[in-house]
Amino acid sequence: MSVPNDLSYTRSHEWARVEGDLVVVGITHYAQDQLGEVVYVELPEVGLGANAGEELGTLESVKAVAEFLSPVAGEVVEVNERLAEEPNLVNEDPYGDGWLVKISGALEEDELLDAEAYKELLAEESH
Amino acid sequence: MRRRALRDEPPFFELNPRRTVRQGHLLPPLDVPDLDPAAVLPQSLLRAPVEDFPDLGEHEVVQHFHRLSQLNYAVDEGLYPLGSCTMKYNPRINERTARLAGFADLHPLQPDDQVQGALALMWELEQALKAVTGMAGVTLQPAAGAHGELTGILMIRKALEARGDARSIVLVPDSAHGTNPATASFAGYEAVEIPSAVDGTVDLAALAELMNERVAAVMLTVPNTLGVFEHRILEISELVHRRGGFLYLDGANLNAFVGRALVGRMGADAMHINLHKTFSTPHGGGGPGAGPVAVSEALLPHLPVPRVVREGDRFRMVWHDPNSVGAMRGYAGSFLILVRAMTYIRSLGAEGLRELSDVAVLYANLIRHRLRGAYHLKYDAPSLHEVVFDDSVQATRDVHNIDIAKRLLDYGFHPPTMSFPLIVHGALMIEPTESPSPEEVGAFCDAMLEIAREVERDPLLVKSAPHDTPVRRIDEVRAARALKVRWQPEQG
Repeated sequence: MSVPNDLSYTRSHEWARVEGDLVVVGITHYAQDQLGEVVYVELPEVGLGANAGEELGTLESVKAVAEFLSPVAGEVVEVNERLAEEPNLVNEDPYGDGWLVKISGALEEDELLDAEAYKELLAEESH
Repeated sequence: MRRRALRDEPPFFELNPRRTVRQGHLLPPLDVPDLDPAAVLPQSLLRAPVEDFPDLGEHEVVQHFHRLSQLNYAVDEGLYPLGSCTMKYNPRINERTARLAGFADLHPLQPDDQVQGALALMWELEQALKAVTGMAGVTLQPAAGAHGELTGILMIRKALEARGDARSIVLVPDSAHGTNPATASFAGYEAVEIPSAVDGTVDLAALAELMNERVAAVMLTVPNTLGVFEHRILEISELVHRRGGFLYLDGANLNAFVGRALVGRMGADAMHINLHKTFSTPHGGGGPGAGPVAVSEALLPHLPVPRVVREGDRFRMVWHDPNSVGAMRGYAGSFLILVRAMTYIRSLGAEGLRELSDVAVLYANLIRHRLRGAYHLKYDAPSLHEVVFDDSVQATRDVHNIDIAKRLLDYGFHPPTMSFPLIVHGALMIEPTESPSPEEVGAFCDAMLEIAREVERDPLLVKSAPHDTPVRRIDEVRAARALKVRWQPEQG
């Protein structure tokens, strides 16, 4: 399972990356693998305010529907419009073209896991 | 899969492809004046012809749908072990009583004094369901289980409003049916998840932490979706009631204890009963269903209207009541489904209902015993009417629950429920019900064990299953991404 070193992670398997004054959010390689092939992504409206840990939208696969949560507090300023036509990007490139939303807000690093801690979490979950 | 449909069956609109004129019956010449409907009826009442509708004789229509039915699997064929669905056999006598003219030919607006038999049946079914649940009252109105959930939660909301106590949260375990959080959300509440303890039951400490004066209700499935009984149910109901909340029980798994335990004594305030599960009425197909809700004294005033009341030896429909949540469905609900359920209850009697749950639990444990070892059991707590294995043993050879399910089709069985409950990764959730013969249950276990051996010997055989079905592995991803629900002629 790929876990890039330069990202921050949540216990609910989202990743966050700082891009200027925005935070880009997606789900991890592990999360997309667990979910299976994503067939539909429900994204929030631009302008939605969310606290860390609140639901931003849902991902629907052939197996299940899962919600994804905001890793940070802030306002949604952009959503990945490509996912409407190509939900498979979440599977194929979860850390790149499969990003979900961009949020205006600051990364509270203490609240999130770094790559090492996230790898430990994955090791625990696989038991 | 048992092979019977040997030819591909085209869609209806591709029958009679040259669109020749065909007629199933020869009718005698018209002995009344020929009349153009458009000349005598307003436009709004005229039916437009369906474009490109194929002409077919009666026998072609019958054969088409008969062949389609042979591509399918049904409870009339054999074991149908879809966990949480209670796919039991639907006795033929239910169909016979539901077709009695005195039930089948009624009009919902007929005056009460002309339909005393129908009202009596509804009243008696309410009494039977009260006896089975140990609850104070029952509504027969809801159209299905999830509709029953909504009815129950709306009654709880009404009761809270009546005491001026607006609340905003409904607590739901992480092992719950997806309908529970959906119901809470639809009724205007925020659904908050309760984590499971290591044995798969509700984590009582976590519940105690989440339970406060903002919580309207806790929705629990008993036994839960692992088939494990919530053995601390009395502590849970005490905890919920102490903070002024209501306890909603999801009755999807009633087949595990019907005749053996009363939810009224567990402290339930409401529970829906899926008549198509426990009481042998047909499972949908989109047709009418029924999900009656049993309630405690506290919710009694808020039952939906209309409802049947008994006055001496006469029965009457009550249509208005200011305390009621109102009508959840038109008239008497799915009345003929109620007739089928009542027939089942009367055919079995109290003793038969007890035996039903005993056998359902026995079969599930027989399967659990025979398959353990070959398949991994994540939660090892004693279980009742269903058992949840997972694919972790097979996954080491890259064979997953979907592959096992598809391979079962080759052995002539409907697959179990997959990937649910969500707390078990790669779940295979098996519920045999009491219907099958011991031989049928044995044959199912043999098939599952043989598949486990095949995974060791030749994983590709399982991964490429099904091999013997009329249609091979379906591309579910493509079907979901490029959804086509209506037939359309090919372009060009």
